[in-house]
Amino acid sequence: MSRPVDAEPRPPGLRGATRVLLERELDLAWSGGGGPLLACGFFACLTAVLPLAVGGDPRTLSPVAGGIAWLALALASLLSLERLFERDLEDGALDLLALGHLPLESVVLIKALAQWIAVGLPLALTAPVAALALGLPPALVPLTALSALIGGAGFACTGTLGAALALGAKRGGLLIAVVVLPLFIPPVVFGAGALERAASGQSPAPALAFLAAYVLFAGVIAAFAGAAAVRNAQG
Amino acid sequence: MIHTLSISDLTVSRGERLLFQGLDLRLQAGEAVVLTGANGAGKTSLLRTIAGLLRPDAGEVAFHDGDGNPLDERLARGRETHFLGHQDGLKTSRTARQELGFQCDWLGHVQCGMDDAVEAFGLAPLLDLEVRRLSAGQRRRLAMGRLVGSPRALWLLDEPMAPLDARWRAAFADQMRRHLAADGLILAAVHDPLPLPARTLDLGGLT
Repeated sequence: MSRPVDAEPRPPGLRGATRVLLERELDLAWSGGGGPLLACGFFACLTAVLPLAVGGDPRTLSPVAGGIAWLALALASLLSLERLFERDLEDGALDLLALGHLPLESVVLIKALAQWIAVGLPLALTAPVAALALGLPPALVPLTALSALIGGAGFACTGTLGAALALGAKRGGLLIAVVVLPLFIPPVVFGAGALERAASGQSPAPALAFLAAYVLFAGVIAAFAGAAAVRNAQG
Repeated sequence: MIHTLSISDLTVSRGERLLFQGLDLRLQAGEAVVLTGANGAGKTSLLRTIAGLLRPDAGEVAFHDGDGNPLDERLARGRETHFLGHQDGLKTSRTARQELGFQCDWLGHVQCGMDDAVEAFGLAPLLDLEVRRLSAGQRRRLAMGRLVGSPRALWLLDEPMAPLDARWRAAFADQMRRHLAADGLILAAVHDPLPLPARTLDLGGLT
């Protein structure tokens, strides 16, 4: 292969840069102690412990199965958030990300997307299984997976914002949980609401639409506020 | 391409402490400037300010092309500036090949950029090792790979030579000479003098 003499630096382009960063984020999510498996394991443990706390009677568990699954989803989504920015800040990779072709807003969104793929997707697959074990009617399984998938995107966006805001704080992991959990209320309300409406024979569409609207809103806020928080932490 | 970096009346402080004020500097294509000063004098902060990672209290950092036209700051930094600090941004759990590839891809590279980087810093035997297995000098050489793999005009270097042995100091000096010959700009914070002709900007010591 002959080498081009004097070749101009080839910018990776928007799609190229998005792809390389996404690949790296996914690789880090899987290599750093199996984050997605940890989240799924935590989710399974939570849904196993709850029936022990409230009693195993299917008549008490079945009506709240959807709600419990959503609460467990929200908590499990918190687990690997600290990894998102804190390590990049500590080892200087955040400086490198700030000097790339993409603006920091895009970097934050790509990290949120990677978080969704790495943690939200596996959780969305685990959620129906756990909900079934709690006594959810089998007819609601597809809806559970779908709503967990959409809600997972919201958790990822809001969680990424929380991780950026907690940058540089001591015990950032706990701070993230305190900042982010209140912001998880809307997706939990809409997601569990969709299941409840479907269980009572109504259309879950309005609740799903609200859930999707939350995701879009969270994505926009996370991009701008997250990038500002990262810049602040670097300076 | 960045032809001139001009800093005018720059004031930077960290927290309550004023590092320097009213700093002026003009750096042109093919020129190297060495930053000296005591520990804590603000060498790293100056480099970070130029890279846009730190906001100055006052003053301006401007980039101009060969015809004297001002360049957009975001583009000048995002496409034409390298910042190589103490922290190299390498992930310990990934292999040297993955990390070099990511850094060069992310910053934009030429066709054979990675091969050139491997050759310039003797990285071939390290590529399949995890970054955590590398020594400090090997890590620094790996981080330097992006300077060659992703050609950018302005190099901001913070103690680049510190962990390198004599052989690789010479090799890096060679790369710096090439970069200057290709109309690059170098601003390096150092304690030992650079092995090439360079102006010195002394930030002084702690007051």
